[in-house]
Amino acid sequence: MTKMYPRDNNHNPVIVTGFGGKDGQRRELTMPARYAINAILVALFVFGGNFLVGEGLISRYQTVVFEQIGVYVLMTVSLNIVTGYLGQLPLGHAGFMSIGGYACAIFIIRMMPLFGLDAQSMASGSTPAVILFVVGLLFGGICAALMGVVIGIPALRLRGDYLAIITLGFAEIIRVVLVNIDSALGFKLTGGASGLTGIPAYTGYLNTAIVVSLAIFAIHTLMKSRHGRAILAIRDNEIAAEASGVNTTYYKTLAFVFSAFLAGIAGGLYAGCIGVMAPAKFGFMKSVEILVMVVLGGMGSMFGSVVSATVLTVLPEALRAFADYRMVAYAIVLILVMIFRPEGLFGSYDFSLSRIIERIMNKDFPWNKDDSDEQTDVPVNAKADAQANEQADTQVDVQAEASTDSKEA
Amino acid sequence: MAAETTNIQAVGAGKTLLSVKDLNVSYGAIHAVQGISFDIHEGEIVTLIGANGAGKSTTLNTIAGLVKPDSGNITLDEKNLVGQRAHKIVEAGLALCPEGRRVFSRMSVAENLEMGGYTQPDSQNAKTVKMVYEHFPRLRERKNQLAGTLSGGEQQMLAMGRALMSRPKLLMLDEPSMGLAPLLIEEIFQIIRQLGDAGTTILLVEQNANMALKVADRAYVLELGKVAKHGTGQELLHDDDVRKAYLGA
Repeated sequence: MTKMYPRDNNHNPVIVTGFGGKDGQRRELTMPARYAINAILVALFVFGGNFLVGEGLISRYQTVVFEQIGVYVLMTVSLNIVTGYLGQLPLGHAGFMSIGGYACAIFIIRMMPLFGLDAQSMASGSTPAVILFVVGLLFGGICAALMGVVIGIPALRLRGDYLAIITLGFAEIIRVVLVNIDSALGFKLTGGASGLTGIPAYTGYLNTAIVVSLAIFAIHTLMKSRHGRAILAIRDNEIAAEASGVNTTYYKTLAFVFSAFLAGIAGGLYAGCIGVMAPAKFGFMKSVEILVMVVLGGMGSMFGSVVSATVLTVLPEALRAFADYRMVAYAIVLILVMIFRPEGLFGSYDFSLSRIIERIMNKDFPWNKDDSDEQTDVPVNAKADAQANEQADTQVDVQAEASTDSKEA
Repeated sequence: MAAETTNIQAVGAGKTLLSVKDLNVSYGAIHAVQGISFDIHEGEIVTLIGANGAGKSTTLNTIAGLVKPDSGNITLDEKNLVGQRAHKIVEAGLALCPEGRRVFSRMSVAENLEMGGYTQPDSQNAKTVKMVYEHFPRLRERKNQLAGTLSGGEQQMLAMGRALMSRPKLLMLDEPSMGLAPLLIEEIFQIIRQLGDAGTTILLVEQNANMALKVADRAYVLELGKVAKHGTGQELLHDDDVRKAYLGA
């Protein structure tokens, strides 16, 4: 029987690379099949969900929660690029979200008359409304990305706590500028401290689901490419990456700006979902909230980011019955996870449906394992290394996926 | 340690590959390298030896573009390297195997090597990997293992293999014996000699002067940021001052 995660004589996990596995008998999915399966599931999620919303099977309130989940998933996966993959610790993600949100909302409000739309028809899904939505969202994303370049180039010269402090400072500057820019300009742009109102409800289940799916696909593709490998190399060892010929400044800035761009897109969705933009919402705590989601899910795990963003968005809503106690429950969940899973819920494990299907095709189930090679088992003779092995195991998952996905031996 | 004869032939035989002239480097107020000059000819193994703080690693890091010099010239094949970014210097044909190994711990051995060949086309890398595995059979055995789980000696081999993946004209090794058991040091130096015999030009920085002088064709002794002595490896190995200061004899 083929073992999914064989170990060598020293009980170190061994990754089976390429096709055919150890004895060449492993059955594998072809690349088109993998893409087809994933595409079908994403389509089912996007259009199936939209159908349920249309039929009224998902209430208006639930739809808004879904939209917020989408926004926070996007925020978390985008921050995960910089924290999990690049290995830096920025604390100003909410700043990019506010830039994107304001830019997108202001752009759409100002452009609506030119497209012959009003607040009602903006949410109708007509062709001009869709075009304006896409252009507005991209405008928000690009504004955030430009700010990402401005902040990233000086900030990425620093690292660790210095980077955290400088990005925190920039995010505060953005917030203060949003409050005061109206009086400086002499006309109404952001609405100052009272906020920007009258944003049409252009965010719906369908466009949120599509945007988030596209963003996740884009991040996945980036990270599986040569560029993604360069970013991971910088995380592992910046000097070695530089000595291997990686332009570290370029890739650090690229990851930072891409992350800011997606945060800007998330801000645009957020504006259309909430309907009001107020600078106070994008303070330091918002950045921390997003960082908590990344850390809770597991740094470097996109699946973890999605799950933890979903859970931490739904949890306060689901606990509404407990009124004031819900924030206590939220805090307790965080503390328990950090005590029992310090590497985050999923460590650096990433979910792969194709891999699960391949396991079923090969009848490779945990209960079929013949000896101690079970994936979750700690080797008996290496109890001291339990922690290290566990981490290595999750790594193997990622590596195995990477190697099968890229068709490289 | 075979091929003593080829050593002697190699001295001064090839054309000048790397030329460092009057190099000055400081870290703030500390003048770490004070006017060092040396040449490396094609096919040679040259070593820089000296005590802690003599400026060996600083010299290497400056050549590799990781540190900016105050003044001086560095040319590789008559092309200027001063002021170039480190990744451009790799493309120009110079590979640094940094001090303390610095492998990509969360990548497999094979992926580490792939990263080493980052500047090279994939078709080239497929060939180079075979060459690297021939020099380091241990890496082939462990190619799917995560680099962070390798032993110190294996990590050193991986770091050297990774540097070779960029097909450098000049390979620079910074303290390859650091923190290794004597037997492994022996093995690493054998591989260095092997690489040299296969035609690789090597600049070696070492604290282990004895081993370094034995494999090197030529050597420079650095003291407080200056070249104190230079000569062939054998000459310096029998030089009284060097023996007293660095070989403990």
